[in-house]
Amino acid sequence: MQHGKYRFIAGFLVVPLAIYGVFVISPFVQAIYYSFTDWTGLSSKFKVTGLKNYQRLWDDELFWKAVGHNVLLLLVLPLVTLGLALFFAFMLNVGGRRRKNAAVGGVRGAGLYKVVYFFPQVLSIAIVALLFKFAYNPNSGAINSFLSAIGLDSVRPDWLGDPDLALWCVTAVMVWSNVGFYVVLFSAGMSSIPKDFYEAALLDGAGRAQTFFRITLPLLWDTVQTGWVYMGIMALDGFAVVQIMTDGPGPDYSTELLTYYLYTKAFSDGQAGYATALGVALLIVTLIFAGVVMKLGRRERLEY
Amino acid sequence: MGSTSEFSRRDLIKRAAALGLIAVPTMSALSACAAGGDDDDDKKTDSGGKGQKDAEMKPLNVDGSAPLDVVIFDGGFGQQYAKDAEAEYKKAYPKAEIKHSGTQDIGPQVQPRFNGGTPPDLIDNSGAKQMDLGTLVGLKQLTDLNALLDAPSLDDPKKKVRDTLRPGVVEMGQFDGEQVWVLYYAYTVYGIWYSKTNLQKLDEQYPQTWDDMLKVCEKAKKKGVAGWTYAGQHPYYLPFSLYPFIAKIGGADVLKRIDNLEPDSWKDPAVKAAFEAYYELYKKGYVLQGTPGLDHIQSQTAWNQGKALFIPNGSWVENESKKMTPADFQMAVGAPPSLDKSDKMPFGTLWASGGEPFIVPKSAKNPQGGMELLRVMLGKKSTQNFIKAVSSLTSLNGGTEGLSLPPGLASSQEALTKAGGNVVNPRLQDWYVTLQKEKIGKGALGEMMAGRLTPDETIKKIQKYVDDTRKDDSVKKYKHK
Repeated sequence: MQHGKYRFIAGFLVVPLAIYGVFVISPFVQAIYYSFTDWTGLSSKFKVTGLKNYQRLWDDELFWKAVGHNVLLLLVLPLVTLGLALFFAFMLNVGGRRRKNAAVGGVRGAGLYKVVYFFPQVLSIAIVALLFKFAYNPNSGAINSFLSAIGLDSVRPDWLGDPDLALWCVTAVMVWSNVGFYVVLFSAGMSSIPKDFYEAALLDGAGRAQTFFRITLPLLWDTVQTGWVYMGIMALDGFAVVQIMTDGPGPDYSTELLTYYLYTKAFSDGQAGYATALGVALLIVTLIFAGVVMKLGRRERLEY
Repeated sequence: MGSTSEFSRRDLIKRAAALGLIAVPTMSALSACAAGGDDDDDKKTDSGGKGQKDAEMKPLNVDGSAPLDVVIFDGGFGQQYAKDAEAEYKKAYPKAEIKHSGTQDIGPQVQPRFNGGTPPDLIDNSGAKQMDLGTLVGLKQLTDLNALLDAPSLDDPKKKVRDTLRPGVVEMGQFDGEQVWVLYYAYTVYGIWYSKTNLQKLDEQYPQTWDDMLKVCEKAKKKGVAGWTYAGQHPYYLPFSLYPFIAKIGGADVLKRIDNLEPDSWKDPAVKAAFEAYYELYKKGYVLQGTPGLDHIQSQTAWNQGKALFIPNGSWVENESKKMTPADFQMAVGAPPSLDKSDKMPFGTLWASGGEPFIVPKSAKNPQGGMELLRVMLGKKSTQNFIKAVSSLTSLNGGTEGLSLPPGLASSQEALTKAGGNVVNPRLQDWYVTLQKEKIGKGALGEMMAGRLTPDETIKKIQKYVDDTRKDDSVKKYKHK
């Protein structure tokens, strides 16, 4: 019954594809076109300058610095966030001691922990960033006050004011605000793994680590992979946190990110053409990242 | 028989979803700025003569029934002062519809309207997200305000608006030629801000020499109070007291050469001397601990709480920190202390200049209305209202008679009188925003004051930023006349 299948599918797809074309593809094409111009963003007049924006991009130290920071985030952020989320989710669902009538279960108070972990997800990222900005205040912030309280008065870092620390401070906040979502997501994934697998493993005498690496992780792989892509996109963005916490580039450009650099060029320097070239670069980085993740992550699907 | 193609349906959906996820954020970043519409050039700005009497009543030839569209930066000064002035305008032109909007995001809000050819009639282009004025001028997007400056002032029809303004204000609004593109409404006094009360507690006066400054700081340190703090996350506040200090040591020409981006302009001995002096504050531990991590509000708060004596700032600080300031604080501003006897300019040399740049777009529907509102704002009534409401001066010369001024403003007024002709006006922050705020500020000065760069390294780094900017043909250059 293959006959006419494609025509049938296409019939349904005409309208959504048209909408997608107008609202998604065409701005893309337009943006790529603008990246070859000297458009300022303040007037609709501009002239085509060919590859000049890209040449400038190539020689732009700040651009490479921003790319460096983005790549660092791209590696660290998903790894830490998903790693923590997997650990927490495992402990909440499988990692508990055996209790009556249940072969597998979470640690005591798992329900409460889930709520606690998920809580940051309810807050807007602007609030989270502002909250941590106060916590990082080197004078009266919670973190340094805590350090003083436990007798570490001599160790009072400037946190967001120190170029060696600023990016890590921002990363920590991004991890904090995202980890809860993945705990819940992975919990959902884990609860669909049949209990008999765990029971069998327990009967064979497997410990927690073995259960995790031999059963949970492989069966959860699809979810992890999706999470990885999603987290990577968060890492490529990071605009709001950086804008609020370190007022953009941070001390000595230590927290400059591609998205913020693009924004500066477009909205304060009046160089929208160059900004679109940055946007295209961002797109390329994103596509490379997605490609790599999809390629590396491909595995045999396990049916259960 | 099921179809066992290479992709299962779930795979396909998953991939589509993943691609969609990628597409959305990049997209919004990419397409946030798409051009549309055409600019209609050179139309409505002529002010033809309609007869003498009419001209006196409405010097700018305002169409009283035309709607007026105003966008105000809602920052340190709020937006109430503009609303009050609009009410005055409405009294004069009862038929005019006034559309007022206040925002902190001037650039993102107004830029698309420029692009679409329907900008507002009057804009207060201020704040962190202001549009680049140089670019707007270069693209001929603004109305020449000479018509307004030549119109009779609101209070005295015999005087032109031009002649009622503080010295330097008109020049600040010029770029290359005779046209005045920008009118700075507020008048800001920059310098070292302090609390008279807190100094009295130490039995000290405001130090007039740098040696005294160090002595006061030492004394404060012994009592557990820091000498200085500053907006560590926005180190471009440091120049508010540092640049006039450089001018004082080496003469105003040093700053002019710096503004003109001349080669080696930062290698002037005056710059080095000033940097060394400030660096000493760090080395001797006179800067409040943690300052490099504070933003402007946090540093002002620490200063208001008496944790530090001095803070480089502008006269908006009085209004901005109103809620935190103790009643007996006695806020005051001081000019940079003298470094030594060979200083080129006398004690009292001060940085004061216009703030809050107001512009009237060229393709506005009602540019005369926009200028007329500015004329109303520059009248005595609106000026006094502004002074009372936000404790800042306006560009109208005077206007403070008969008002009881809050301490900070009174001190600004005093400092201005004392400075007399020795007012400097560095233009770096208007002409090269990114260079001043990010590169010099965050990249160099902030690093020096945090002790991570020596003055020599700082100068080298700044000079390189300046050289790069000079060679960068995407940045429009300006020069002092």
